[in-house]
Amino acid sequence: MMSPDNLTALRLSLQVAVAATALNALVGIPIAYLLARRRFWGKSLLDLAVMLPLVLPPTVVGYYLIVLLGRRGVLGAPLYELSGFTVAFTWYAAVIAATVMALPLLVRTARAAIESVDRDLERAAYTLGRSELRTVLEVTLPLARNGILAGLVLAFARALGEFGATLMLAGNIPGRTATVPLSIYTAVQTGESAEALGLVVALTALSCLVLVAANRLGARPA
Amino acid sequence: MGMLRSLVLAISLLLGAVAAAEAWSLTVSAAISMKDAVTEIGRGFAAGRPGVTVLYNWGSSGELQKQIEAGAPVDVFISAAQLQMDELDRRGLIVPGGRRVFARNVLTVVKPADSRVDIAKAEDLAAARITRIVVGNPRTVPAGQYAEESLRALGLWDRVRGKLIFAENVRQALDYVARGEVDAGFVYTTDAAVRGGAVKEAFRPAEDSYRPIVYPAAVVAATRQPGLAQAFVERLVSREGQAVLARFGFQPSPVGVR
Repeated sequence: MMSPDNLTALRLSLQVAVAATALNALVGIPIAYLLARRRFWGKSLLDLAVMLPLVLPPTVVGYYLIVLLGRRGVLGAPLYELSGFTVAFTWYAAVIAATVMALPLLVRTARAAIESVDRDLERAAYTLGRSELRTVLEVTLPLARNGILAGLVLAFARALGEFGATLMLAGNIPGRTATVPLSIYTAVQTGESAEALGLVVALTALSCLVLVAANRLGARPA
Repeated sequence: MGMLRSLVLAISLLLGAVAAAEAWSLTVSAAISMKDAVTEIGRGFAAGRPGVTVLYNWGSSGELQKQIEAGAPVDVFISAAQLQMDELDRRGLIVPGGRRVFARNVLTVVKPADSRVDIAKAEDLAAARITRIVVGNPRTVPAGQYAEESLRALGLWDRVRGKLIFAENVRQALDYVARGEVDAGFVYTTDAAVRGGAVKEAFRPAEDSYRPIVYPAAVVAATRQPGLAQAFVERLVSREGQAVLARFGFQPSPVGVR
């Protein structure tokens, strides 16, 4: 049921999802904390920008990413001039697309978890002379751990299933950017339903596992 | 709640506008390289038939073929290669008697209009200075199938394989070149003309390195309006149809080829 091409797609998908989840942790947890605990200029704008991929069609997100990162993009053009490297149509493009699409799931879940941490405990840490950073690392994040982990699990699942934005920014290149969802699309288009079925079953099973894990951690679907 | 009310109103107005467009409609699934010419021909076709609307479904010929195999409600199929039409014929999904080859095309290699990369002949594609070449996915896109044939015949396929990016159809390949995302791409000469400001021709692969590019059209067997559908196919080979095709750079249908 699993052809070598299918296994390649599956491995690629897992790599992309793991990398995107790591990036999400790096970017998303600080954003979730800022949104939960701080007041600053442009806060609702940041909130809006992070949440938009949840409601926008992935193709719209893909379009923005091309405008930003394409060879002639706002950031892509200077990068290409400097290094001769372009993100589009590479493995990195798939990771970036998946990261952006998964970010709202992590931020929502993690923000709710951080907001539910008792502020008195944080204040106690402050009165004991702890800095904000140490308070976050030693008090807030450990207490919000389950919610944050659940958010990461959901982000992983979303990254695993990303299709539209990936197709637009990374293309559909077998072995390089053709993740499982893209390979399923190609297999159906070319009438290879057996190939498609193998991948469909694999992705469904994996997603079930992820959801069970998220539930165990007490996440409500965002 | 003012905002909610205006949102509901806007959606209702849009729905009304969409519903008004429905009438007697003919659905044409056509190879996307034919987009501009067939739209033009369809305009003339509908103009002489009050109440008839022509709806188009553009894509790669392979993608459209699979849709018809899956039972898509299509009346006319226009393919950019015989292969996809033959496959539907073999499965009894088209009306074989009314099949017509109505145009020919030529393969070309284009680069972004502002490209400073030197590409003058096929061998240049193998050079290190060229890192990305877009072709239609040979599994579904005829332009990609012709490109693969040509690259294999020229002994270059294995040398450029690692640089290839596959597009879902030939116009996507064209777009990747126009956007400057790739160094070169295989498209038809007629596509290159559509985006003349954004791409320029680098070279044309030898025409004997790939099989002749011909466009067949046929009525889909499951159509509920075979007369109207066949009339559309005949319009393609008619004098009016051929004049439009010539204007968009297609070559006339070869005599006697079906």
